[in-house]
Amino acid sequence: MATEPQLAVTSRGDALELRPDGFWIAANVTVLEALADAAAPQVERAKSLKMDMSGLSELDTLGAWLLEKLSRQIAGHPAEIVGVSENYAGLIEEVRHVNRHNLPPPKARNPVIAKVEEVGRAAWNSREDVAVFLQMLGSLCVALLGIIRKPRSLRLTSLVYQLYRVGWQAIPIILLITFLIGAIIAQQGFFHFRKFGADSYVVDMVGILVLRELGVLIVAIMVAGRSGSAYTAELGSMKMREEIDALSTMGLDPVVVLILPRVLALVLALPILTFIGSMAALYGGGLVAWFYGGMGPSIFIARLHDAVSVTHFQVGMIKAPFMALVIGIVACSEGLRVKGSAESLGKQTTTSVVKSIFLVIVLDGLFAVFFASIGM
Amino acid sequence: MDTSVGKFAIRVNDLVVGFGHRVILDHLSLDVRRGEILGLVGASGGGKSVLMRTIIGLIPRRSGGIEVMGARIGSPHDVGTQRAAGKWGILFQQGALFSSLTARQNIQFPLRENLVLSSALLDEIATAKLEMVGLTPEDGDKFPSELSGGMTKRVALARALALDPAIVFLDEPTSGLDPIAAGDFDALIKTLQKTLGLTVFMVTHDLASLNTVCDRVAALADGNIVAIGPMRELLQSDHPWVRAYFHGKRSLMLQPKAS
Ligand SMILES: Nc1ncnc2c1ncn2[C@@H]1O[C@H](COP(=O)(O)OP(=O)(O)OP(=O)(O)O)[C@@H](O)[C@H]1O
Ligand SMILES: [Mg+2]
Repeated sequence: MATEPQLAVTSRGDALELRPDGFWIAANVTVLEALADAAAPQVERAKSLKMDMSGLSELDTLGAWLLEKLSRQIAGHPAEIVGVSENYAGLIEEVRHVNRHNLPPPKARNPVIAKVEEVGRAAWNSREDVAVFLQMLGSLCVALLGIIRKPRSLRLTSLVYQLYRVGWQAIPIILLITFLIGAIIAQQGFFHFRKFGADSYVVDMVGILVLRELGVLIVAIMVAGRSGSAYTAELGSMKMREEIDALSTMGLDPVVVLILPRVLALVLALPILTFIGSMAALYGGGLVAWFYGGMGPSIFIARLHDAVSVTHFQVGMIKAPFMALVIGIVACSEGLRVKGSAESLGKQTTTSVVKSIFLVIVLDGLFAVFFASIGM
Repeated sequence: MDTSVGKFAIRVNDLVVGFGHRVILDHLSLDVRRGEILGLVGASGGGKSVLMRTIIGLIPRRSGGIEVMGARIGSPHDVGTQRAAGKWGILFQQGALFSSLTARQNIQFPLRENLVLSSALLDEIATAKLEMVGLTPEDGDKFPSELSGGMTKRVALARALALDPAIVFLDEPTSGLDPIAAGDFDALIKTLQKTLGLTVFMVTHDLASLNTVCDRVAALADGNIVAIGPMRELLQSDHPWVRAYFHGKRSLMLQPKAS
């Protein structure tokens, strides 16, 4: 919209005169910067500088700064500024004081060394992760002991509400996913086992796999993604708005008030969800066996009866509360590590989900070794 | 173009705003002249922030018309609103800095989005703005969560002024600043008004600001503007709330000379 700004440069010997003209405002910045850069070398060479501001039609902070910057280029005595209209005097005076301190330039670093350092630090910092985990486990134990001594201090309302959220509301999606997984395993089993004529072993595979491993693992991963991330985001945003600090200053322990009910709700809900999920998976497997494998429900149930024992079921169920504990602790401690920014909230939520899924799988592996060695 | 567009920066006509059953602004009309500094006073919870947020299109209105610089304001996504948005800078009551950017990046954000300029100049301008609002260049590298309450205000002000907009909306700019900083702030606003022909819509409880920088003061009570005019006239007003506001014990302590 504004007409092109100009910068007339006239030199008489060592004396240089600059005459800015037109609209020196932010909207024209690209032109202005080019003009100022073009004039800069001449200004540097000059002995004295005179700036005639009378041609300016409009000036704003950016324009004023560009002119001020030009006038600072000169080494000798300060520039003489004339023709300043009364309106602009204040602004020109204002920019005279800014940018006087040079910021120390950021240190240039060798990218390879920086990368190595980053990796090293990350590895070293993983110690801290272990410490944070153990610390949270410890405070939860202390809080739990407190509740055993004084059962009335349990936040029952909060616990029931969290159970509703992480347990009851999760049922539909868990039913759907585990049902599909059970069906897919059975279908694959029939498809491949049929080549060896080993159709009937599909039931063994589905039963053992679902009850021992897959049921609990799928449910735990679902819960980590669904409820763990919610815990981290909730606690994180409370941390950001200083709500957790407010709670502590009122003499309340955030672990008792916020974290224990959440973790407890997970520990109670996950075995139930695992049970429901395993049943849905078996149901899905049974339906596929019936319609795809041609094995009627009565035969399926009879084979299942032979193939799986209570031990398999127990193995699955024993793992559930431990996985819940890991998910809960990781989610809550990541939530408390959120710093002030929205970005860190997102980062911590991602970390929480990734870390808890990883730990759930590691834990599952450890349990496999353990159960194998005690012969379960 | 009709002449009123040239004379008024903001025109609010018969505005009604409410939440649920509660009506906050009740048939309110207000004109802000081009190039003036208008101070808005009113009781806490009286609807000052709501008025400001409605003018900039963040809160939907029940009826009435709003024009800013001749552009009709609708929802934030309207073409008219967006066009007007290029001409205003806003300081929210809580600062509303982007939490994942440093103070300097916050100030650079509007510049970067609207202009094409070198990164060296971008840094210089950001530092200049920081210093103009009374911060040091080192403060520019801090994140919003590391700033004090008053520093947050100043960074937010610097961001609002980044593009030297034609209108700035300031919601309690000097609350949380010490009196010296608040005085510097007033001087800065006055300078910018003089140089850039800035129109300022300022919600404030700071009697000193009202006295020294505001060309006119508007008093909001019971959802309406009950008095508007230069500070002198407001002191003379006989509306009971306005009298209580300017002649209460606390106010008199600060301005013993004012009759
Ligand atoms: N989003 C909202 N939903 C419901 N009510 C709201 C909302 N925003 C504001 N209010 C109500 O509108 C009224 C006016 O609020 P407003 O923020 O404008 O006050 P204010 O005049 O700015 O006060 P202060 O000086 O304390 O900042 C208050 O009663 C507030 O509760
Ligand atoms: Mg307010």
